[in-house]
Amino acid sequence: MSVIVVTKSNFEAEVLKSDVPVLADFNAGWCGPCRAMKPMLDELAEGNTAYKIVSIDIDEEDELADEYDVSSIPCLVVFKGGEEVNRSVGLIAKDAIAELVEG
Amino acid sequence: MFDHDIIVVGGGPAGMTAAIYARRAGKSVLVLEALSCGGQILNTPDIENYPVEAHISGFDFSQKVYEQAKGLGAEFKFEMAVELRDEGDEKVVVTNKGEYRAKAVILATGSANRKLGVEDEDRLVGRGVSYCATCDGNFYRKKTVAVVGGGNTALEDALYLADLCQKVYLIHRRDSFRGDDTNAERLKARENVEIVYNANVTKLIAEKKLKAIEVTDKNTGDVRTIELNGLFVAVGRVPENNNFAGLIDLDEAGYAASGEDCHTRTPGVFVAGDNRAKALRQLVTATADGAMAATEAVKYVNER
Repeated sequence: MSVIVVTKSNFEAEVLKSDVPVLADFNAGWCGPCRAMKPMLDELAEGNTAYKIVSIDIDEEDELADEYDVSSIPCLVVFKGGEEVNRSVGLIAKDAIAELVEG
Repeated sequence: MFDHDIIVVGGGPAGMTAAIYARRAGKSVLVLEALSCGGQILNTPDIENYPVEAHISGFDFSQKVYEQAKGLGAEFKFEMAVELRDEGDEKVVVTNKGEYRAKAVILATGSANRKLGVEDEDRLVGRGVSYCATCDGNFYRKKTVAVVGGGNTALEDALYLADLCQKVYLIHRRDSFRGDDTNAERLKARENVEIVYNANVTKLIAEKKLKAIEVTDKNTGDVRTIELNGLFVAVGRVPENNNFAGLIDLDEAGYAASGEDCHTRTPGVFVAGDNRAKALRQLVTATADGAMAATEAVKYVNER
């Protein structure tokens, strides 16, 4: 799987009702650390069936950012069974991203 | 057995420039970067003071330098250096994943945000506490925020936020500013800015998110509660030299005590960039350090 772009319209289906854990990357195009983390997320998503990675642009999707209290980016939020179970703010290493969702 | 002629610890502008110079001198180079190439400059949306490009984002700048260094044959590994050992002719860098050996090492580790050091600060990062006004200011549009600090960054942050936010408090532990006079005067002229002098932030009040701070007047001991949505911490930076303090001398603030030649007290170990003691920490002085440290490291390797 590759990283899926999520908006308000498919958030419920892709994130809340997902069968597998979801790593949601709240980001923006103007955010340098977000852009730096993108290739790491692409690599983790590639061929991964254990969990999925979604990308949410906070400028386009300010309602989602608001709903999940995102006030610093990059912000990674892990959802399991529709519930937030983990969160990390700021640029982190690829291993640390994987650990966030794999536990 | 040497893996490389030169290992560069840190893939920011200083480290990557060092890699470029060392490769052009024909040395094999490994760059060890803990996160992603660029370092602190990644947070800068628009660089306007580096020669050649009138405008470039910190991310694009970092990518270009990375491609340049890689194109010249520098090797990059994304690992965190935790220790440096001097075995005479051999320097050993220990990372979270392995050990690497080289004839010379350049420490270009940069610096990290200095924290306030109050309870719950870490937990509230991204929930009201931020270290980057230009990154996160937009989340606080028309809201109330405070900036802590008295240096240029704090003043610039407060000015930036004053354009976005309903109200900006500037909490400063002294009674005057060491930052740029113009910025201080500009701030004082803003109607939505209130400067709180002689005060320290002593408590963060939060449920799920930050909702208020307590500030204590350092002369009178009076405590004042300020309700707000966001707190921007701009109290300086901390050089990342601690893992290597056994081999290099540090000044009182923790910066590597080294001259313009980038030497340290350990032959074959050099420093470059923001973690070195110097008068001006800018992109252009970081890259200049990289060139100097690499040139000295190459000389050292050649004389072995």
